[in-house]
Amino acid sequence: MNPLEPTRARPGPAHTATFDGRPLRALPGQTVAAALWAAGVTAWRGTRGTGAPRGVFCGIGVCFDCLVTVNDRPGQRACLVPVRPGDVIRTQRGTGRDDD
Amino acid sequence: MTERPRLAVVGAGPAGLAAALTAAARGVRVLLVDAADQAGGQFYRQPAAGLGARRPHAPHHRWRTWERLRTGLERHRAAGRITHLTDHHVWCVAGESGSGGFTVYALRGPGQEEGVTVRADAVLLATGGYERVLPFPGWTLPGVVTAGGAQAMLKGQLVLPGRTAVVAGTGPLLLPVATGLAAAGAQVAALVESAGPAALSRRLPALAAQPGTLAEGAGYAARLLRHGVRVLPRHTVLAAHGTERLEAVTVAALDRTGRPRPGTARRVRCDTLAVGHGLLPHTDLAETLGCALSGTAVRVDAEQRTDVPGVWAAGEATGVGGATLALAEGRIAGQSAAARLYGTAPDPRRWAAADRTRARARAFAAALDSVYAPPAGWAERLPDETVVCRCEEVTAGRVCEAVGTLGAGDARTVKLLTRAGMGWCQGRMCGPAVAGLTGCPLDPGRRPFARPVPLGVLAGLPDTE
Ligand SMILES: Cc1cc2nc3c(=O)[nH]c(=O)nc-3n(C[C@H](O)[C@H](O)[C@H](O)COP(=O)(O)OP(=O)(O)OC[C@H]3O[C@@H](n4cnc5c(N)ncnc54)[C@H](O)[C@@H]3O)c2cc1C
Ligand code: FES
Repeated sequence: MNPLEPTRARPGPAHTATFDGRPLRALPGQTVAAALWAAGVTAWRGTRGTGAPRGVFCGIGVCFDCLVTVNDRPGQRACLVPVRPGDVIRTQRGTGRDDD
Repeated sequence: MTERPRLAVVGAGPAGLAAALTAAARGVRVLLVDAADQAGGQFYRQPAAGLGARRPHAPHHRWRTWERLRTGLERHRAAGRITHLTDHHVWCVAGESGSGGFTVYALRGPGQEEGVTVRADAVLLATGGYERVLPFPGWTLPGVVTAGGAQAMLKGQLVLPGRTAVVAGTGPLLLPVATGLAAAGAQVAALVESAGPAALSRRLPALAAQPGTLAEGAGYAARLLRHGVRVLPRHTVLAAHGTERLEAVTVAALDRTGRPRPGTARRVRCDTLAVGHGLLPHTDLAETLGCALSGTAVRVDAEQRTDVPGVWAAGEATGVGGATLALAEGRIAGQSAAARLYGTAPDPRRWAAADRTRARARAFAAALDSVYAPPAGWAERLPDETVVCRCEEVTAGRVCEAVGTLGAGDARTVKLLTRAGMGWCQGRMCGPAVAGLTGCPLDPGRRPFARPVPLGVLAGLPDTE
């Protein structure tokens, strides 16, 4: 079963962004984290120290584990930021400031 | 008074909503400020509007209360009695010297870059709480999420992190999370609870005083059964395994002292672990205002007043006890604030019903608190190489070294020596673990601000000195 079903959700048409260069479908109102989870992606950051993969932990904007780079701006909390059509979302390595 | 007094309510969860509606009904102009894009808080979290949920109450019960809160909010908004500022993350509330009023500083939008300030005659803090998770090997792997976080992503975004989940830790929140995940289509391989059934039955008298909640618990149990979820009381997750993401967890039985029983460890395959060890109150805004704490919660009197004049607090910020307690406290706080803003002493008889609910719910919460405890000795068993501070990647070994070899005597010195707690989350995630490892009391904060503030916003503030 799909988690949309119990609420009988009829979302508006999906829009498209990209994640690390690949198309990413997002439903209207979905956050970056939700769109990535729905696409089966659970990690979108490599830590500053060891480069370990991270994604959502607290889900409510408190832990800052879910940081991601959106439209060249690193340090966005994926669990809070909604996906807008055409967003360029990228895995954040470290602080994301020395990305090329 | 020619103008209506203004009350800023921070937080639009059950406590803040109840307070806002109560105060607005008594002629107070309410500014309801919340970081989320919709009212509801954690308990009544709504699916994002664009998802077009036609039966948004499916994940909830106690739906009628929510309907009343929602329609009440709409009515007061339409009448101009409540202004609901959504997507406003409050980073500081400051008393104004002289006027006795307050300034609420917020950052607008999910990107939190634009500064907004709001003035009010009084403030009511209803900021709720966040989850406590004690570390174990593998807890930083993608796929390991907080129990409440999994619930929030499901309620608000209608998504799951994987297909096969284990729900683990301790506390009453694990039940709704396990049933929620199962109802949404996840296969819940096990609900692993470190408290034992015997502990629960010893507390039965206090628990029985809250029959509604017990019935709710029984309802969850029935649903778990229906979804075929295996419940493992007095068990714990010893470790999470995987390389790029979670692949399995090791679960073990606990003996009566709360220590893992040798020979009982086994692996359970899963791609999701929803884990939590209870909740902690958000106290940062109260602390900056100078409000006294009691333990880890904001201290309030019988009217829900903090010890700072003009500042009220309600809900889980003042102690964790669930939505029923939050609603009752919000009602009392709203009445007290409204009366006092009009210069009269409130009559406690007018909130007698809420007072009874509050007393019962607090007794219930205290009973639950003594039942649900993390496994004894978890800190001693933590391997040195396990990361404790997720932000700064500080290991348990380094925290212990700071105490042992370097002689740090309090949480602050440990933080300075190791950087544990110096990262983006400002120690909210690692605080309980550092306290457990060092034996120092959980120091809730001394955080300058409740949210990281962009320098541009700070620089743009008018000089108030
Ligand atoms: C992640 C999570 C999930 C939970 N899920 C459940 C559940 O499914 N079932 C259940 O029974 N209990 C759940 N709980 C417990 C829950 O806390 C209570 O049931 C209830 O919601 C508490 O009500 P409250 O009004 O005190 O706080 P909350 O409902 O937490 O509301 C607090 C509100 O304050 C806002 N806020 C906090 N700080 C700021 C700030 N600085 N600026 C602006 N706004 C701010 C938040 O956005 C939130 O809307 C959950 C708790 C957490 C942390
Ligand atoms: S998951 Fe914790 S801040 Fe986004």
